[in-house]
Amino acid sequence: MATTEQLLKPITLPDYKGKVDPDWCPGCGDFGVLAALEKALVDLQIHPFNVVTISGIGCSSNLPGYIGTYGMHTLHGRALAVATGVKLANHDLTVVVTGGDGDGFGIGGNHFIHTMRRNVDLLYLAMDNQIYGLTTGQVSPTSSIGMKTKSTPHGSVEPPINPISMALAAGATFIARGFSGEQKHLTELIKQGLKHKGFSFIDVFSPCVTYNHDNTYAWFKQRVKKLEEDPTYDATNWLMAAERSQIWGEVIPIGKFFERNDLPSLDQAEPVLDEGGPLAHRKLGIPPEIAREFVTELM
Amino acid sequence: MRHTFAVSIGGAAGQGVATPGNIFARIFARRGLSVQAYNAYQSIIRGGHTFLTIRTGPDEIKSFGDKIDLLIPLNQDTIDRHLNLLGAGAAVVYNGDTIKPGKAADGVRLCPLPVSQLNSNSRNKVEQNTLCVAAGLSMMGVGFQSLAEVLTQQFKKKGDAVVNENVESARSAYQYATEHFEPFPRPLPMTEKPQAVLTGNMALAMGGAAAGVKFYCAYPMSPSTGVLHWMASHARKSGIMVRQVEDEIGVVNMAIGAAQAGCRAMCATSGGGFALMTEGLGMAAMIETPMVVIDVQRAGPSTGVPTKTEQGDLWQMLGAGHGDYPRAIATPTDILDCFKIIPEIFNLVDKFQCPGIVLTDLLLSEGTGSVDPKELNFNVPIDRGELITAPDGVSGNYKRYLITESGISPRAIPGIPGYTHTVATDEHQEDGVLISDEFTNPVKRREMMEKRQRKVQGIEAAVPPPKLVGPRNADVTLIGWGSTKGVIEEAIELLADAGITASHLQIRWMVPLHGDAILDELRGAKHTIMVENNFSGQFARYLRGETSFVADGHIRKYDGEPFMPHHIVEAIKEQLAGKTKLSVPMHEIMV
Ligand SMILES: Cc1ncc(C[n+]2csc(CCOP(=O)(O)OP(=O)(O)O)c2C)c(N)n1
Ligand code: SF4
Ligand SMILES: [Mg+2]
Repeated sequence: MATTEQLLKPITLPDYKGKVDPDWCPGCGDFGVLAALEKALVDLQIHPFNVVTISGIGCSSNLPGYIGTYGMHTLHGRALAVATGVKLANHDLTVVVTGGDGDGFGIGGNHFIHTMRRNVDLLYLAMDNQIYGLTTGQVSPTSSIGMKTKSTPHGSVEPPINPISMALAAGATFIARGFSGEQKHLTELIKQGLKHKGFSFIDVFSPCVTYNHDNTYAWFKQRVKKLEEDPTYDATNWLMAAERSQIWGEVIPIGKFFERNDLPSLDQAEPVLDEGGPLAHRKLGIPPEIAREFVTELM
Repeated sequence: MRHTFAVSIGGAAGQGVATPGNIFARIFARRGLSVQAYNAYQSIIRGGHTFLTIRTGPDEIKSFGDKIDLLIPLNQDTIDRHLNLLGAGAAVVYNGDTIKPGKAADGVRLCPLPVSQLNSNSRNKVEQNTLCVAAGLSMMGVGFQSLAEVLTQQFKKKGDAVVNENVESARSAYQYATEHFEPFPRPLPMTEKPQAVLTGNMALAMGGAAAGVKFYCAYPMSPSTGVLHWMASHARKSGIMVRQVEDEIGVVNMAIGAAQAGCRAMCATSGGGFALMTEGLGMAAMIETPMVVIDVQRAGPSTGVPTKTEQGDLWQMLGAGHGDYPRAIATPTDILDCFKIIPEIFNLVDKFQCPGIVLTDLLLSEGTGSVDPKELNFNVPIDRGELITAPDGVSGNYKRYLITESGISPRAIPGIPGYTHTVATDEHQEDGVLISDEFTNPVKRREMMEKRQRKVQGIEAAVPPPKLVGPRNADVTLIGWGSTKGVIEEAIELLADAGITASHLQIRWMVPLHGDAILDELRGAKHTIMVENNFSGQFARYLRGETSFVADGHIRKYDGEPFMPHHIVEAIKEQLAGKTKLSVPMHEIMV
């Protein structure tokens, strides 16, 4: 039981420890995402009981079981829809969504687009390993052309989607790309994403050491270049972000692509939430005078 | 015999069949009369043929009946289709300038209105519909004042000039009818109790508001969209979050998210949308988060007939989602019951932490009926079960899925210190930790399955079993479910007039079914007949599967239209005469 004393105590990493340790393969990029997320939450001194971590299904989607917040490990592809419901029901909660590239951009693609359009106030960490890990290595929506997987033994012929430019087109208000092998940088991005009021999307390269032998740590280390190191880059400039989002090859930009803070998030835009606090804690039912009005309309 | 009066208005979609329908319904209900209305229409916005029947009377009206007393055709097509179905005593009021009637049966009165002449004093031509309504009311013996009031209310927003024009033209049509047409032999009575008029969809939505629904979301799909419309237009006043979502998969998942966070959450759809929701229902069951989905049946399979009714989704509800899990399925029996059942099922699913389904159909959802306004009581009991919404000082080592005798475990919502836990669609142990991947555990898996399934007994005990109405030794015992209650009751009255006694068992809860109680109620029945608005006898097959009960006969209908009382009466007569065990009545009205 949390006493006042406990609530006043500084929040430290052990407060975020989950009930069990991750069972990801040793070396899996997902360890780095979990570590950076915990670090960011501690840095911002957010209480674990005020956080809900929500995922779909996949290796990466196992994350909520490994963190000491409230959690929902939902259905493959559905985390963003569930999370929208949670946030609207209790907008005082910090909502974090995690999951894989298949989960978010494949089976969950429709929710991805619409959650961005609505500017739902949550942090979405896509743990992008360009492969279906949990189902033992099939092609994913972010796999490169030519990539050999169990379902594309002769090499994929389909071009991948570009999550960053998709997010820009769909109207996301915070868009970034991180790399699990760049802990400090990733932690910083997550902190910014948590602080952003609105939909924050971070596409995180999170290598699958077991099934993706193309896009390895070493492969990324050679290529990633931080946008923050370019003094000419302006993350408030949508066109510039759109241009950088197209760069993929010898150099792959990471960092904050875009942020705008002039649009209301869905909970701010919805007048039902203007007064009265979170819906989940409001009194149930209809006041008698309003009920009378509803019946009178029918007479 | 009871005194009833039925008026039908037909025309092309877009010609304004609904407005005169609403005017009649309102006037009848304000006179304290009972009203039932059913609109036979097609899935187009303009054109086609729409046929609205409103039936009224001083006693409870239970169906839209068998016969029409007054026909108002708004176009030639309508009179061509329906004139030959009218019997002696009926009247037709129509625009004599544009519509040419064919041959009517003996005793059918043709009452042409000289519409352009009656309209000569108004600048903007008043709709022929309004003039026909006025003439009809004169013939029914309804004073003009009640029409003037409704017209004033209707056109108030358009200004006094429009109000006056409509009222004056209506008055001239009313007077013309008084002078030229013979009134109906029995003037429409009046009672002291004005009624409220609403559709089943409105009743479902209002039931949700009464139950304390704080989150409603949907993707539009006929014939359930009316719930979304009521919710959206009353959201601000009721403090309900209403969202239109990208698809029904999103709908069910969003509702579950809101429910998990602590709201009562509801959504409505029809069969196709429900199909997309089934994986989500399994999630609600697995993570033990209560929420309610309404399925409003239309004629299937697939896109089917979006504007026609059927009871064809029962097996879809029974089998929705993979694996075994507890669920509740209620089938409201009339429009008022659409209102009452929602708070009931919310209390049930909150207590047992499982998904609830309300299974209804177009006949109720888009049908209009009157109810005693006192019955729309929003002050309903609310029981949220074992829900933890505030820190209470007793937590520590909280187990969301604590194994208990009832199968119910205390449910903490996110945001409460001391209760952090993760819910998962993977099989889990008492504290929520997965036992599906690295640590599969047959003992724990069995325990958790049994824990969840123990709730089934609790649900059964919490819901009253169905009761037979009428004598056990009746000549025939009719078994129906959901929306067929009214038409079966009316058929039973008609059978009594013909000297045939009948009893009636109407099913309101599909799950829990109470199979043993049903067998007790049916013990000794002389001749059992099941009435269903579908092809294969979905309920008959379910009841047989659960209880081995086999009925003596069946009456089914799957042409998209609901039963009319005489369909059931004639089918029973032929079955009691031993002519057949399966009757499929023909729908005589072509719409
Ligand atoms: C409806 C549905 N279809 C398929 C699956 C099987 N499935 C589980 S995880 C997964 C893909 C996982 O890939 P990704 O989302 O990229 O996560 P990763 O394991 O790579 O972290 C699939 C296809 C499922 N659980 N549910
Ligand atoms: S299979 Fe790949 S993604 Fe899954 S845990 Fe192992 S390394 Fe990580
Ligand atoms: Mg993946």
